[in-house]
Amino acid sequence: MNVAVAIDQIPQDALPSASEAGPAPKRIVVAYGFWIFLLSDIIMFAALFASYAVLVRSTAGGPTGAQLFNQATVAIETACLLVSSYTCGLMSLAVNSRRRLGTCLGALITFALGVTFLSLEIREFSNMIAIGATPQRSAFLSAFFTLVGCHGLHVALGLIWLIVMIVQVAVFGFAARVQRRLLCFSLFWHALDIVWVGVFTVVYLMGVSL
Amino acid sequence: MTEARHERAPGDRPSREMDASAPSEFLVYTIGLFVAVLLTATSFWAANTTLLWPGGVFLGLAVLAIAQMGIHLVFFLHITSGPESTNNVLALAFGVLIVFVVVAGTMWIVADMNANMMMPSGAPMSMRMQH
Repeated sequence: MNVAVAIDQIPQDALPSASEAGPAPKRIVVAYGFWIFLLSDIIMFAALFASYAVLVRSTAGGPTGAQLFNQATVAIETACLLVSSYTCGLMSLAVNSRRRLGTCLGALITFALGVTFLSLEIREFSNMIAIGATPQRSAFLSAFFTLVGCHGLHVALGLIWLIVMIVQVAVFGFAARVQRRLLCFSLFWHALDIVWVGVFTVVYLMGVSL
Repeated sequence: MTEARHERAPGDRPSREMDASAPSEFLVYTIGLFVAVLLTATSFWAANTTLLWPGGVFLGLAVLAIAQMGIHLVFFLHITSGPESTNNVLALAFGVLIVFVVVAGTMWIVADMNANMMMPSGAPMSMRMQH
């Protein structure tokens, strides 16, 4: 008998509710805890966004965002992060069906796109510092480097985490604990992409018309 | 039947056995990517075009960004309105509330202070000190 049909035939109240079913499996508890961490991380980014929005006009006679930002670089960075979020999703599909080759391929593409993003960002920062637009120059630049740099730092940490996860898959295979960590990693990577949507909209696109 | 109704982990898809009509997971990610690319391209176009009234571009960019965040949540993080996702949605709602309070509150307070600090540049220093 088909499982889906069998479940459909049980009245809904015959299933015990979540509170009666005992403790949730560890995968759910771990992922929920990590979800809470991600939300607190996003609240920290909200504080940085708020300080940037307040300080964006305080250029102290220095360069403004419209003079500094290069839209083409930002578009490439955005494309890299978006596609890496997609390949990270495909990687988690391969993890769920325990396909080792698919997992490694997804991880490698995600890693390559993340490195491309990060190197473009570092090049952008060093170009800005080379023309004197350092964090010390104005309150606007301090807020800019804090916000975008903090996101870049998260991406760098995510890349290190991804390397660790590839090694763990190679050594331990798809053990339950490795699967939980991979689930947390994909949550982290998708959350970083959500923060980047805010960054490119608020900092780069709105900065052009200021 | 000992099947228990547990909450679902964020990022996990509903199991296929429970809902056979659900689209394949690969298709969900691909649709998400397609819509996200569309929204991103629209954002970049709106920021650089001269066809639109500049005053409305700000609001339009904000709406596009929020829409794209929603797309990421639904298609990549698989946050649904289903009963097994209640805890995730409630935590997210609280997070969004705090984000809104922090961002809107900061901008409101500082804009208000800026307005109150505006003094005519010719006013003597003693006048400024009173405020």
